[in-house]
Amino acid sequence: MEAVFRTCPVTGLKVERNAETLIMFNAVTSIVFLLVGGLLALLLLLTRWQAVHLLPADFFYRLLTLHGIAMLVAWIVFFEMAVLYFASAILLNTRLSVPYLAWGQYGLMVVGAAITAVTILVGQADVMFTSYVPLKAHHMYYFGIILFAVGAILGVCVFFATLGAARHEKTYVGSVPLVTFGAIAAAIIALLTLAHGAIVFIPTWLWALGVIPMMDPEVYRLLFWAFGHSTQQINVAAMISCWYLLGTLTVGSVPVSEKFSRSAFTLYILFIMIASEHHLLVDPGISTAHKEWNTGYFMHLAVLASMMHAFSVPAAVEVAQRKKGYTKGLFEWLKRAPWGDPGFSSLVFSVVGFGFLGGITGVIYGTEQLNIIVHNTLRVPGHFHATVVIGTSMAFMGITYYVLPLIFRREVMFPGIAKLQPYVFGTGMFVFSTAMMFVGGFGIPRRDWDITGAEAPFPVAYGPTADLALAVMAVGGLVAIVGGAMYILVAVSTVAIGKKINR
Amino acid sequence: MSIFIPEKHWWRDPLDKDEKVWLAIALTTSIVLTLAMPYWHVTQKQNPGSEYYKIKPDTFDAATDRFIQQYGVKDEAGAIKQEGGIDVVAPPPGDVFVRGQQFKWSPVLKLKKGSEYRIHLSSIDVLHGFSVQPINMNFEAVPGYDYVLKVTPTTSGVFNIVCNEFCGIGHHTMVGRIYVD
Repeated sequence: MEAVFRTCPVTGLKVERNAETLIMFNAVTSIVFLLVGGLLALLLLLTRWQAVHLLPADFFYRLLTLHGIAMLVAWIVFFEMAVLYFASAILLNTRLSVPYLAWGQYGLMVVGAAITAVTILVGQADVMFTSYVPLKAHHMYYFGIILFAVGAILGVCVFFATLGAARHEKTYVGSVPLVTFGAIAAAIIALLTLAHGAIVFIPTWLWALGVIPMMDPEVYRLLFWAFGHSTQQINVAAMISCWYLLGTLTVGSVPVSEKFSRSAFTLYILFIMIASEHHLLVDPGISTAHKEWNTGYFMHLAVLASMMHAFSVPAAVEVAQRKKGYTKGLFEWLKRAPWGDPGFSSLVFSVVGFGFLGGITGVIYGTEQLNIIVHNTLRVPGHFHATVVIGTSMAFMGITYYVLPLIFRREVMFPGIAKLQPYVFGTGMFVFSTAMMFVGGFGIPRRDWDITGAEAPFPVAYGPTADLALAVMAVGGLVAIVGGAMYILVAVSTVAIGKKINR
Repeated sequence: MSIFIPEKHWWRDPLDKDEKVWLAIALTTSIVLTLAMPYWHVTQKQNPGSEYYKIKPDTFDAATDRFIQQYGVKDEAGAIKQEGGIDVVAPPPGDVFVRGQQFKWSPVLKLKKGSEYRIHLSSIDVLHGFSVQPINMNFEAVPGYDYVLKVTPTTSGVFNIVCNEFCGIGHHTMVGRIYVD
């Protein structure tokens, strides 16, 4: 396949057609899964809001399983594939290497996600996102996940091949841009993580097929989280690359110190993926010393990296703003920031939500002793909705407002709605996550259809404050769903019928 | 700009004072947080235990049955009393068994305030979550592992054991009970 290029009139970057097409396909598919996951979120929310209690029990558990797969796996990983192709081919002014492998990535991930989703929907995989053994799903469930993961591995290979080709063909001189560096960190973590995924899912698949005996449940938990939590670190690294990217696109920021930011990314590669035992703090099977070493030393060096980025991303924005002449007082730079640019407001929500709401609670919940009062309560999904939704998803949403004109080359439709979208979604998610964590403090379990014990031998009551907090959580969630729908409306209508730019 | 090639020799640029100060703050925070866990573990009383034994699920099942037979609360006819269809047990201080299975915690425990118990927690089928409410203490019940929790009840009252690890479609019906007096 011959490489065909165009030059982007805004950034001056050379854009290759294969890379562009694959970015489009992956981005559009990710948004389709966001739509599916969002509709499920609405149904689940209206069920957990005990006063409404919409779905029957079996459908609640089934759709909760699918919500996890659609959002945490499909929406995020498809988008990350787009980010990887962008950070390699486009930012390095080169062609996408082995484009047919990239199509293999796309095809395998679509087929894998579809197989898993259908298996869940027909009621053959009521195992939740974590699929802890001995709970068993139909073997097609694991098979779909394996196909999806193989697809993702192909995508990472294409990314590295493109980097190699760019270096070989000297399409750039010196070091790769910071955003590409962050994407490399994400891709390295992805390879190691997906290896853990293979270690855990291939034997489980064979077990479901009846070929081999079951893996020890505690070994499964350890390996699953070596995969499952590290996957979130891919998201973190990709998200932070997007932060730097958004800073540049919205206010023209320059990293305050390349050394500082790149060292922080390196810390992620070295430490964050090892820290997964904080999921097992109240489990048998692992010694206290091992748990403390793992969650203490390894996790906190990764936390250090996040704190470094949390400094350098806003600092870069401030420096860029001050250079524009907004130097009055301490905060004129912030006041005069482009708050009407959905890319910028998404960035701010993402940084603040990830850091203050998701990050800090994550560190607290990952403490050995405090985990006793946190484990498997609603505090946990409250925490990761802050990191993954306000953090990662909002960063990706912010990027979308630039991908639409730059890659899809269409004018963003409904600019008024686009402008408001991050505020609606971000505020809703802040209320939702905070209320979810608050209500988890009463001990209300996650993944639970009924918290009153209505069908149990003994009634359970968490008190009126908890009921009120559940209602607040539901209202926040509903606002967020409106915000999510606004995003999908703008993105889909722009891609479908938006006015074309300079074709 | 973060999307363009950085200037040559970027790694030689010295860090600014602001960055150094922040790095020091962040590093100190990380070290303090890391040390907090072992410090608390050594000096304070509320820690997740690390005593556990590998055990076959049917061995644990049989051990729990023996425990129920031995310390079950009997009525006049000599049968073990039940609550919500679950046997009620009033054990002396010492070893106590809690068995998770789809979708039941058994037995119902009657414990004494101030006495020390060694709760043997496990499951005989899938994973379950041992969540004592309303005091909100949560531990994992894993088949194949006997997890020993050293517990001294300090408040009397009625406590529910809510399952908080998804264990199947009947998950929400899995509620057990502990009485402390």
